[in-house]
Amino acid sequence: MTPTATATAVTERPAASTPATFKSATKPIWCPGCGDYSVLSSITKAFAMLALKPEETVVVSGIGCSSRIPAYTTCYGFHGVHGRALAAATGVKLARPELTVLVAGGDGDGYSIGGNHFLHACRRNVDMTYVVMDNHVYGMTKGQPSPTTEPDWDSKLAPGGTGVRAFHPLVIALASGANFVARAFSGDPNGTADIIAQAVRHPGFSFVEILSPCVTFRPDQRSWKDLVHPASVTVTDDPARAARRVMTDDGFNIGVLYAGGRTPYPLARRAHPVAVADLEAEFAP
Amino acid sequence: MTAARRKVARKSAAKKSVARKSAAKKPAARKPAARKPAARKPAARKPAARKPAAKKPAAKKPAARKPVARRSAAGKPLAGKPSARKPAARPARARAAAPASIPALMGYALWLELDAVERYRELADAMEMHNNRDVADLFRRMAAIESKHADRIMKQMDWSKVPPPPAGPAPWAGAEGPETVAHEEVHYLMQPYHALALALKGEEQALRFFEALERAASVPAVKRAAAEMADEEREHVALVKNWMARVPPPDDGWRDDPDPPRYTD
Repeated sequence: MTPTATATAVTERPAASTPATFKSATKPIWCPGCGDYSVLSSITKAFAMLALKPEETVVVSGIGCSSRIPAYTTCYGFHGVHGRALAAATGVKLARPELTVLVAGGDGDGYSIGGNHFLHACRRNVDMTYVVMDNHVYGMTKGQPSPTTEPDWDSKLAPGGTGVRAFHPLVIALASGANFVARAFSGDPNGTADIIAQAVRHPGFSFVEILSPCVTFRPDQRSWKDLVHPASVTVTDDPARAARRVMTDDGFNIGVLYAGGRTPYPLARRAHPVAVADLEAEFAP
Repeated sequence: MTAARRKVARKSAAKKSVARKSAAKKPAARKPAARKPAARKPAARKPAARKPAAKKPAAKKPAARKPVARRSAAGKPLAGKPSARKPAARPARARAAAPASIPALMGYALWLELDAVERYRELADAMEMHNNRDVADLFRRMAAIESKHADRIMKQMDWSKVPPPPAGPAPWAGAEGPETVAHEEVHYLMQPYHALALALKGEEQALRFFEALERAASVPAVKRAAAEMADEEREHVALVKNWMARVPPPDDGWRDDPDPPRYTD
């Protein structure tokens, strides 16, 4: 519960680590009804579940509606350039392996502008978590089709649809080597929090695709809440099996779909942190 | 995947009708101790001119053009193509076995309230951010009321700290508690009437939930407690209805925005 003036002391949750601990005073400016509100709530709940501390957690993002998330948390944050969130986050994790790194963004940022970083982040398997709020549209720039937009989605900006096959992020992640793959739905914030917590706990690169409706540019996505359902399969550690499942499911299977055992990218634990002066020295003439 | 998803979406959308009878929702409820929610005072809303027929925003027109949002029969803001609506919200009935003890029952009741408080606050923030002050105030007031309900449970149970959420699947159907307003139910131009309609829906779902628990409970004490909570929810339903009666229903053009975000349409 957010500690506001209306609350009485008795209903405030225990002080230790609560979702409110991770919510900043900056209020989201997303459209009312946006799924990203729930995802923010899920992320803060997951951090609380894991008993993390804001000062030991970093949220990194690129550009887009969902990429505003770092500002809405009390964690360290980096709101980077379009599509480069994973690159920046990889640097953070390698430099400060003791921190928990969560990367957040949308489908345009992650699969189009940052598509290549996505592949290689999966391949490198650095221990971090990538949360993609997928709404199949570029919302911030007013509704252009994104990589996951259905080929026949008709709009003024793409009359008759793009006719281009949609990107399948889960299969790509599996084929590229992600160590944990899950799908969640923003309309189930508690379930999503649980999945994010599992993703953070799992070693290596964890990828969580969250179906997060854009009520402004894709009002049809309000029906998603009636379509999602728990994945009726047990988690597998076989990427080929997981890939077959996700290629043949209806796209609304929610749950952890793959938890692999690949060894994460080795992180050098430095006895002494690198000082900024040392870094500067490398660039000195 | 996408093709399959589209197919499923279309199939499901076809089944849905625009008319969402949230008003026809069955009741459900919450905590024991039939105490009066006191703070539930309607708040001086203009008792004002209620247009007789406008109470129910009524059936939408066939939607000449792509609607950005539309509302249900209860005046609830909805959006999307008509075909993408569901006839009724998911039923907020108990789905699992009823809790076997009073602390378990009250644990669920408490978390049901806490989640509702959190959501009302989020919605209030969102509305404030979009300069919809009236609705923001109303959501904040709802949060305060639900917070008092939670306090009462804490006191009744003599809990000094909020207990962790009960383990295992929650005994309600759906992903969120019966009193939690779904994010996608709101619209940036919604009016207090819509917000109250959402609150009413939550109270009715809670009523149905506790009624179902009462029926399902096999332990007499739990059965009695669930019945008390259902009674209390019934009171809340009446209070919100009373409140709604004092708020003018929205005009037909409530969602017309002279500067809409979807300028491309």
